Amino acid sequence: MSEIVLDGVTKVFDDGYEAVKDLNLDIADGEFVILVGPSGCGKSTALRMIAGLEDISAGELKIDDEVVNDRSPKDRDIAMVFQNYALYPHMTVRENMGFALSLAGVDKAEIDRKVEEAAATLDLTQHLDRKPANLSGGQRQRVAMGRAIVRDPKVFLMDEPLSNLDAKLRVQMRTEVARLQSDLGTTMIYVTHDQTEAMTLGDRVAVMRAGVLQQVGSPEELYTKPRNLFVAGFIGSPAMNFMPAEVVDGKIKLPLGEVDPSQVDGLDAPPSGKVVAGIRPENFEDAAIVQDSVKTERGLTFEAEIDLVESLGSDLYAYFHIESEGVQSDQLADLVGERLAETGAAGLREGEEQIVARLEPTSKVRRRQTAELWADTRKLHLFDPESGERL
Amino acid sequence: MKVGAREYSLWTIAIALVLIFALVPVLWLLSISLKPPSEITDQRLIPSSISFDNYKSLFEGGWSGPFLRPLINSIAIALITTVVAIFLASFTAYAIARLEFPGKRLILAGALAIAMFPPISTVGPLFDMWRAIGIYDTYLGLIIPYLTFSLPLAVYVLVAFFREIPWDLEQAAQVDGATPWQAFRKVIMPLAAPGIFTAAILVFIFCWNDFVYAISLTSSDNSRTVPAALAFFTGESTFTEPTGSIAAAAIVVTIPIIVFVLIFQRRIVSGLTAGAVKG
Repeated sequence: MSEIVLDGVTKVFDDGYEAVKDLNLDIADGEFVILVGPSGCGKSTALRMIAGLEDISAGELKIDDEVVNDRSPKDRDIAMVFQNYALYPHMTVRENMGFALSLAGVDKAEIDRKVEEAAATLDLTQHLDRKPANLSGGQRQRVAMGRAIVRDPKVFLMDEPLSNLDAKLRVQMRTEVARLQSDLGTTMIYVTHDQTEAMTLGDRVAVMRAGVLQQVGSPEELYTKPRNLFVAGFIGSPAMNFMPAEVVDGKIKLPLGEVDPSQVDGLDAPPSGKVVAGIRPENFEDAAIVQDSVKTERGLTFEAEIDLVESLGSDLYAYFHIESEGVQSDQLADLVGERLAETGAAGLREGEEQIVARLEPTSKVRRRQTAELWADTRKLHLFDPESGERL
Repeated sequence: MKVGAREYSLWTIAIALVLIFALVPVLWLLSISLKPPSEITDQRLIPSSISFDNYKSLFEGGWSGPFLRPLINSIAIALITTVVAIFLASFTAYAIARLEFPGKRLILAGALAIAMFPPISTVGPLFDMWRAIGIYDTYLGLIIPYLTFSLPLAVYVLVAFFREIPWDLEQAAQVDGATPWQAFRKVIMPLAAPGIFTAAILVFIFCWNDFVYAISLTSSDNSRTVPAALAFFTGESTFTEPTGSIAAAAIVVTIPIIVFVLIFQRRIVSGLTAGAVKG
């Protein structure tokens, strides 16, 4: 049916800025693929090139084995939902949804039937004769989706469709989108900057940074085996903790203690020299809760002074700091803004690095007390400090 | 927003003053036009007796009379100019608002410069040129200079309106399968309607009111418009001033303008693009 192939697709703007660099991506028929990355990473440009709203500077875009580089948007049989919805304000909801069909010369009875069918799916039936100005944000969003689905296109393109909704509605619409896609079985490409959205929605997620595709894979794959520091830091909330480490005498020396490389899962070859170690918040635990047999088998038990405890009921986040020079990496520098906003890692002194641990809610750790924590070293991620690549 | 009662009453007074200032001369004109010739100089605002003789005399003689032909000329020339100007200006403005092309700034600057140009300085050369090429005293001879001055105005107004329309709407139309022309006609034009009507009113009024070109580039009722024709009015006899008929003519020529504005004003509703996009 409709397979999309991006082969070395590149976008260079008139001012010389390279927004997308040599993007290779195969999207199978019926697949739900997410393009995710921080703002300015080229994900929207990539989507707009697929839509035909931006010229492709180099490379080939194929839909169903046909090169469509030079086809105008109307000849590509795609439907797009814009971030700001872009509803036609002078038309009613019914006219908005039927516009594409009426342009295509479909007869009126057929348009009405399809529009009403789509409206029923999206719970818009009673709003069909209203104008967009009289609808709420969520309703407008659904009209934008309805406009796409009445057409029964080869591909749905979604450009951050949920980013203008409030948090609660966003979660609700997220499930809606997922349900819609699986019901329709149409290929969908979805752009977002929100890694939670990416992880929960997609069959496959493509992470982009500065115009370059970093990694494509299932959400689980990205989470458990991030290919580089950027993906590791971007995927997951709270973000992965990074710390510098060094391999001395066959042991990995972390600021928290020493780890034998044989304990670490999925390590291809024993590392050497300086490395960057990453560990996710949930791979820490209150040592008092971990069974002794587990503690002796693997892991690292250490003492830390807890700076702050956040209890969310189901989880408990403990913040502590380690003595460390910090990790210098361009890939992480791109994420610093977002991480700061997330973890509130302000007020740290020079040479200290904040670490977040997610503990069982039954944990007894308290603020400004020294607690004994345990880290599951099987889940340690090691990266090359120069290239940022996973070891 | 809460407006204080004091502020509100001050505004009311100010607006009333402006209205009086603007409307009293019109009232005076109306009063003169309704007076019989013998009472025109009686200095009363409210005529002691009302006569429609001045209006009747305007249309006496019908087609060959002093007023009907110029009135038709005025309407035709202003309407043709408005239609042509809006048609051309909407394409120009759309291109300027949407596209990046070399010379864009030059076009805008040039348009502004032309709009600023004093008409009187072009009248002499135009008079000679039009006579040489044979369009002196024709509709075309007036329409061309009117277009020259009204196009920049219309382009400026429309560029401002087109810039307000979110570009995403046009792209949405393209993705929905519209050709550029369909996107323009079915999405952009309806949304730019307030701008188009604003520009149309301005162009129409400009053409309707022009005197300099009308008096200089016409010589007969073939193409003479009302403002110029008024200057040729004669009194009942050699010794009477045609004040009454001029006043009546002035009242009559304001009627098309009022009708035109009333029709189009209903279209100038702001906030037409509300609900298109969010954010």
